Amino acid sequence: MKTMYDKDKVIAGLVIFAVLVSFPFWYNLGKAAPAPELKLTEKAKEAKTCIKSKDAMKTEHMQMLDDWREKVVREGRGVYVAENGKSYEMSLSNTCLDCHSNKADFCDKCHNYTSVNPYCWDCHIDKKPEENK
Amino acid sequence: METSRRHFLKIAGISALGIGVSSPLIEAIASPDSDHAPAAAKIVTGDNALHAKQWAMVIDTRKFDSADALTPIIEACHKIHNVPDLAEVQKRHEIKWIWKEEYNHIFSDQEIRFPSDHLKKVPLLVLCNHCENPSCVRACPTKATFKNENGIVMMDFHRCIGCRFCMAACPYGSRSFNFRDPRPFIKEQNPKFPTRMKGVVEKCNFCNERLLIGQKPACVEASNGAIAFGDLEDPDSEVRQLLKSNYTVRRKPGLGTSPAVYYII
Repeated sequence: MKTMYDKDKVIAGLVIFAVLVSFPFWYNLGKAAPAPELKLTEKAKEAKTCIKSKDAMKTEHMQMLDDWREKVVREGRGVYVAENGKSYEMSLSNTCLDCHSNKADFCDKCHNYTSVNPYCWDCHIDKKPEENK
Repeated sequence: METSRRHFLKIAGISALGIGVSSPLIEAIASPDSDHAPAAAKIVTGDNALHAKQWAMVIDTRKFDSADALTPIIEACHKIHNVPDLAEVQKRHEIKWIWKEEYNHIFSDQEIRFPSDHLKKVPLLVLCNHCENPSCVRACPTKATFKNENGIVMMDFHRCIGCRFCMAACPYGSRSFNFRDPRPFIKEQNPKFPTRMKGVVEKCNFCNERLLIGQKPACVEASNGAIAFGDLEDPDSEVRQLLKSNYTVRRKPGLGTSPAVYYII
């Protein structure tokens, strides 16, 4: 068997390296942030149902909004007739945010938690005009 | 067990028959359930929407008696579309959807050496011509700008990558680029219409969003009848009636873009 040169230093270095690399894992052990709880506005509570079921909205709202922007801008079809027959104007700022006017507690909470940064709000207005000054 | 070819073919034939017959049967049994399922959601055009094959505009310049008469029209448009006011901050960053221009500047290929007093005094309104054969649409690499079914040259701000090919292609200077975030320069935000972000091109959209809910463009409403709006393909439309009874001109017709904005001078 060959001798290992600088055995002590190498092993010590490896241990330090392993500790440093795994630091974020054991440092944060058991401290996982709890999933955020959404707050509904009074208006949203009153309406009871969104344009689709809650689960469908949770999982599909991004595809739906992507589909909507295509339909409204490119095809000029701007009215959504929901499964229950109710019609909605397809507008993020004016229909979605009309009920869910608490963007910080509704949209941002989950988006921040899952670290997604949708750039909808660079253009679509998310505040009422009087709050915007 | 020994299987003869004959035996194998029999089994195979019966199996194929079984599969063929059973799948429609299963569907027939399952279908009563689907009757109870809620009707699928639909996406439709609003009932009030105005339709045309090619929207067009006739601007009667004789009906404006001063440059100030044009200002409320421009303001009406820029206000509802959240157009920032950058002209005073930095002229080269200015965003324009509809604006005033001298006759000889916009009709440079049919210049008038000695303009009439009226032309000297009152500038013309210019906006996107919503050409029948738009050069900007051919230049756009992402189809962010496209010819709509109703003839409007639309912008899909979602898709614009800010390459500005369309601005180079447009012979009318109808397009503006957002060199900076426009939001701080919008005096009063209209929540019904989005703003733009830095890095996209914008221009007049013939109020497509208003046509969808049955309203005529804002400039037409604010013009007290000086601007007519209608379907170019419909011989009975207001614009066709005006074209029939007046001598009209279009900007740079020789380029072949076929503008849909007509001027009565």
